[in-house]
Amino acid sequence: MDKSKKSKFITGLVITGIIVLLTLWGMIKTPYDPYAMDSGAKFAKVSFSHFFGCDQFGRDVFSRVLIGIRETMFIAASVVFIGVFFGTILGMITGYFGGWLDEILMRFNDAMLAFPSILLALVIIGIFGPGKYQLIAALGIAFIPSFARVVRGEVLKIRNLDYVLSVKLYGASDLRILVVHILPNLKTVLLSTVIIGFNNAVLAEAGMSYLGIGVQPPEPSLGRMLSEAQAYIYTSPMSAIFPGLVIVLMILGFSLLGDTVGKKH
Amino acid sequence: MLKVEDLNIKINDRRGNTIPVKDVDFEMDRGDILGIVGESGSGKSMSALAIAGLLSRHDMEKSGHIIFEGVSLLNCPRKVLRKIQGYEISMIFQEPLTSLNPIRRVGWQVEESLRIHTTMDKAERRERALKALADVELDDPEAVYNSFPHELSGGMRQRAMIAAAMISEPRLLIADEPTTALDVTIQAQIVELLKKINRERGTAILFISHDLSLVNTLCERVIVMKDGLVVESGICEEVFNNPKEEYTKGLIAAIPKNPFSERK
Repeated sequence: MDKSKKSKFITGLVITGIIVLLTLWGMIKTPYDPYAMDSGAKFAKVSFSHFFGCDQFGRDVFSRVLIGIRETMFIAASVVFIGVFFGTILGMITGYFGGWLDEILMRFNDAMLAFPSILLALVIIGIFGPGKYQLIAALGIAFIPSFARVVRGEVLKIRNLDYVLSVKLYGASDLRILVVHILPNLKTVLLSTVIIGFNNAVLAEAGMSYLGIGVQPPEPSLGRMLSEAQAYIYTSPMSAIFPGLVIVLMILGFSLLGDTVGKKH
Repeated sequence: MLKVEDLNIKINDRRGNTIPVKDVDFEMDRGDILGIVGESGSGKSMSALAIAGLLSRHDMEKSGHIIFEGVSLLNCPRKVLRKIQGYEISMIFQEPLTSLNPIRRVGWQVEESLRIHTTMDKAERRERALKALADVELDDPEAVYNSFPHELSGGMRQRAMIAAAMISEPRLLIADEPTTALDVTIQAQIVELLKKINRERGTAILFISHDLSLVNTLCERVIVMKDGLVVESGICEEVFNNPKEEYTKGLIAAIPKNPFSERK
């Protein structure tokens, strides 16, 4: 790794590290109850007692950001998990077996890719109603095609390599070839796709919650907090700036990591 | 032991029909070493893959017969094929770089055939693998067993590949240009190794190459292929000393003479 790449990697690592620490902090305890309203502290300024100030109900913004990060991370991780899990299965089957099954599934995949994923998620939420778990399901489904595509391409490449032919010749079953011999080789390509996918999921969650169809009030999420703070942006800009800043940092950290991890090989 | 009759392979894909293998016939007995020579695209590898049962099944039509120890291999169910593949028939490939899985230890890969076909436990498999690695004249089998493919040289990888193919003591070893990617000294060593395997264990070897002089040193009989057809076949010495077909003559004339012996 050359020097600029290394510094990129380290910056990404530090930023992601901070985000992960904040997530853990939010999981254990928050300085204030994120739901407690304190009319005396309405629009409180940034201070030592309230790091990020207070919002229109006098709730501590820092505590709410901690919970928001936790929620966003949870949703993004679940979405990526669904996307990777089903995308990998789908991609491995289509890439390995080929033929008509591949044609059908991939044309279906193309149709889904041609559709903006946010719009698709909106449709799914329109059917099942808004909420955290509906959002996870909707975005998860919307994310499957992109993972399936990446995995399929890689499997297509690997399945004709001599070592796959030779284990095939040893009489290994298709399942064994796929799981024991091909799957571990997908690690590197999956890693960078997962990181990029994670970024997209964070953005999608923030966007959906901003539109009011993701996490429901009073539960905070980063996108939700942005939309709530919007009305008071002139009186109390800090309650919008901090959640926004955290989103930016999250994306930046993962992008830097994804960039360097992906191109290492 | 192995009988190939009227083997035809036809590929139907988007570009139309091609017939890479036409009416190929040959026979092998136990312990035979048969060479197939021909230029790239002459159908020699394709025939070998067909015998090994490795041709994909979607866009191909195969006809004729491949009979191994009385069992017809062409178009037989995968289940039957899998019992024979890797246990009775093994294959080694041209490119030692891609013929081993880059992220698994060599020992693990050498054992793979045992893992599939036998109920041996870990210690027994390890013992067999170490023996197989020693048999292919690797200096430090223990170290090779624990290495990853990228830690080995090309020649060592090819030896490990042969160990993996020979661990189940197959009756037929198909070698698809196993020395093409290696330099000349290593080539000679690998050929010696194949000879030794044939001599000591009676494994029949189907040796595919475009290097006539290698085929001449290793094989008893040879088949010359061109454009999917067998143009000439017979005992090596006869074919190489008295070629009947123009194509074979051309091939022999194309062997570079030793520039040092001509200088004098």
